[in-house]
Amino acid sequence: MKFTEEHEWLRNDGDDVIVVGITEHASEQLGDVVFVELPEIGTQVTKGDEIVVIESVKAASDILAPIDGEIVEVNEALIDDPAKVNSDPLGDAWFFKIKSADPSQMDDYMDEDAYQSFIG
Amino acid sequence: MSDTLRKTPLYDLHVEQGAKMVPFAGYQMPVQFPLGVMKEHLHTRAAAGLFDVSHMGQVIVRAGKSYDVAALAMEKLVPVDLAGLPEGRQRYGFFTNDQGGILDDLMLANRGDHLFVVVNAACKQADIAHMQTGLSDCTVEEISNRALLALQGPQAEAVLADMVPGARDMRFMDVATFASPYGELWVSRSGYTGEDGFEISVEAAQADAFARALLAHDAVEPIGLGARDSLRLEAGLCLYGHDIDQTTTPIEAALGWAIQKVRRRGGAREGGFPGAAVILDQLENGAERQRVGLRPEGRAPMREGTTLFKTDGAGDPVGRVTSGAFGPTIGAPMSMGYVPAALADPGTRIHGDVRGKRMPVTVANLPFTAANFKR
Repeated sequence: MKFTEEHEWLRNDGDDVIVVGITEHASEQLGDVVFVELPEIGTQVTKGDEIVVIESVKAASDILAPIDGEIVEVNEALIDDPAKVNSDPLGDAWFFKIKSADPSQMDDYMDEDAYQSFIG
Repeated sequence: MSDTLRKTPLYDLHVEQGAKMVPFAGYQMPVQFPLGVMKEHLHTRAAAGLFDVSHMGQVIVRAGKSYDVAALAMEKLVPVDLAGLPEGRQRYGFFTNDQGGILDDLMLANRGDHLFVVVNAACKQADIAHMQTGLSDCTVEEISNRALLALQGPQAEAVLADMVPGARDMRFMDVATFASPYGELWVSRSGYTGEDGFEISVEAAQADAFARALLAHDAVEPIGLGARDSLRLEAGLCLYGHDIDQTTTPIEAALGWAIQKVRRRGGAREGGFPGAAVILDQLENGAERQRVGLRPEGRAPMREGTTLFKTDGAGDPVGRVTSGAFGPTIGAPMSMGYVPAALADPGTRIHGDVRGKRMPVTVANLPFTAANFKR
């Protein structure tokens, strides 16, 4: 698993399909999540695009596309049960899967040890 | 955190209980406890929540020993019937300006030989100066050696009555003084959550021990400003500086109910407060815009500042959201805002701009959750 400075996690599920979610640290900082807006399947995204909106009891925030590629699956379960983002951010509450255009972009990101020291 | 931020007498207790502290109106205040905003909100509606509201201003207005003289003097600043307020009762009111706008909203109580006033933290110094100038025959004393706590929720009565049995006999908006193991308590049966409950003024030196005694009850959890905000919004209550301010009149804000008959046109003590001409005219003829409840469709909250439109097509904005959040009890987003009178009827469907998209939102009755007061 890899981690971004924006507190996303990325996991390669094979065939260059990358699953993306947010870290426990991020979900704690957000507070109770009440609404999630997901991208459309088939959308071509570029690293840095704002593709998910998360509303918590406190504020709205975005998830950025961590890599280039095509959205091939989104986690529809989060729409009806956004609280999953707080209860299981590293498991059930993945947000979307990207078919990566350039898997080497994953190399730019932190491993778990590096992320743990990043959040201190 | 800045050294200039003040601490309430409960600061150490908040930190000990794991509160996330934030600057608010010049104080370090708990925004949430480990339970989190959502559960704190639901707990308050199901059992009892304890809030630190010591940042608010507690003020005693005296005219010798005469409540009546102090009340009549204060009627020059607020459009509320204070001379007719019985001893041991409290009323909601507001300071107005010459344009009919609201300088602050406040609670006013008849405590026998004086008027007791509770004002918002952010307006405290301005309010005190306003009273000192406007109430020339009165003394205006800020009570800075007492903390203020709110105990809110269906279990609040049982919890407080365990310490002061007389609390059980109070009705909504009663005020009373009780002796307690924590010194003299000034209690009102009121709050800002839509739940039954009490607001309790206690000596600063006793506040920590008093709060711990309340928290020792299983029913009571400490609650932060985050849940206080979602609770008051579900209850349809205004937050000063957001839903009401110097540019909104009480009538636009749908607070005309707080102006009793005796202060209205044809009343025995009609007008006589700043902005009376504007406010009394609007009370009879209506205002051009009105504060309303708003229920967005779907789950996305429409937050403060969201621009409102009549349709999802072209056209100028017709209004603005002044408070918006997710309502944990109603399980849906909720907002308040101002719209033209023609669009203010409950059921009217309008649109709000959320991240560049026009999202449908329906004008709704306030409150969003029914009040549970003990009348």
